[in-house]
Amino acid sequence: MPKKMHIKLNVNGKDEEFLAEPRELLIYTLRERLNITGPHIGCETSHCGACTVTIDGKSVKACTIFAAQADGKEVTTIEGIGGPDDLHPLQNAFKEHHGLQCGYCTPGMITRATKLLEENPNPTEEEIRFGMAGNICRCTGYQNIVKSIQAAATEMNAAKEAAE
Amino acid sequence: MIPAAFEYYRPKDMDGVLSILEEHGDDARVMAGGHSLIPMMKLRMADVPHLIDLQDVGGMSDIELTADSIRIGALVTQADIIDHARLAAAAPILREAALQIADPQVRYMGTIGGNVANGDPGNDMPGLMQCLNASFTVVGADGERDIPAREFYEAAYMTAREDEEVLTTVTIPLPKGGYAYEKQKRKIGDYATAAAAVQIVKDGSNCVSASIAMTNLSDTPIYSEDASAALVGTAVDAAALDAAVAAMLEDIDPTEDNRGPIAFKNHVAGVILRRAITRAWSRA
Repeated sequence: MPKKMHIKLNVNGKDEEFLAEPRELLIYTLRERLNITGPHIGCETSHCGACTVTIDGKSVKACTIFAAQADGKEVTTIEGIGGPDDLHPLQNAFKEHHGLQCGYCTPGMITRATKLLEENPNPTEEEIRFGMAGNICRCTGYQNIVKSIQAAATEMNAAKEAAE
Repeated sequence: MIPAAFEYYRPKDMDGVLSILEEHGDDARVMAGGHSLIPMMKLRMADVPHLIDLQDVGGMSDIELTADSIRIGALVTQADIIDHARLAAAAPILREAALQIADPQVRYMGTIGGNVANGDPGNDMPGLMQCLNASFTVVGADGERDIPAREFYEAAYMTAREDEEVLTTVTIPLPKGGYAYEKQKRKIGDYATAAAAVQIVKDGSNCVSASIAMTNLSDTPIYSEDASAALVGTAVDAAALDAAVAAMLEDIDPTEDNRGPIAFKNHVAGVILRRAITRAWSRA
């Protein structure tokens, strides 16, 4: 039996320390150890993107990385992006533009979209579809997801301009 | 999906990596981004009692351009390749191919080293490296050696790299002329049903050199010397395209799988190669 590892993560701004087997995947650490259940388990084979989190500035599928690999890194989940009382513009836009139906893919969608808009604040429809290609939705047909991200981009850019 | 138990190592230097490989032989595997290996471990198709994470080993994350070659460290990710403006200017085919690999999340993690070292015939970089006549540097207890990409692949997941060696660098002669990486896939993120990498040099109205390689149409990537030769000295007209496709079809050996029967794969290979040659020629 391999020995457990001492792992430190910063999740949504909070330091976490725990002992885990090396084979523990980050998605299980988040959901079962830390009770951070925003990132979902969809396909569990790195296709669907429901488990998407941000690790040190990169969108990563948490089902395809061991917690041990993320040792010492910063992890952001949907819980760190916004909550019921302070919705992120993307969360608000998904709500306003029907960017979700069952909602299962939504935490991964929005977590990925935050990075997409960080890298490209003014994406075209094609750039949104290409940049969101790692996230699968089985309800919406994507049209309203694209619309939501476009609306959030417009709002975020306007807010940034107003602040300047 | 939980992989079998393993010991995890994150050595700080290559000596540390090599000593673990020496101690555990083929019970040990190195991992870069892990996006080929971890799915295989979860499916329990790969059993890795000793997993060596390369992320803290320095010196393998750089892209260096010189007057006649490009050196890419094994830990450079597909996203790094896409974002590197000077690389995209010097060898645009690398960016064009990287953009067709998997999806954004996977490209942040997946590395060029893992992609070429894994030996999966579905991976795109091995075929591209045939086209570009790249070489791979591997390091082992006896030091470094360079292996031409065209001699690296022996069979699916079998390569010229020894178990106790680590692939550290990909070196590419600066490509010349027009380029194209064309890939037919069932959906975004999928491996190729067929893909073609083409570089063509034009002088006046004739082709003076060409390099053609195919992905996922045999148990190794295929460099088709005859298809390349079929274009040289021609104006890349319809007859030359037919000859190149015919020569390529002689060199590939697709198998039937969930991407289709053999006849379909041959058909798609021809369509994709025609598109790749035509586009590369238009850019030459």
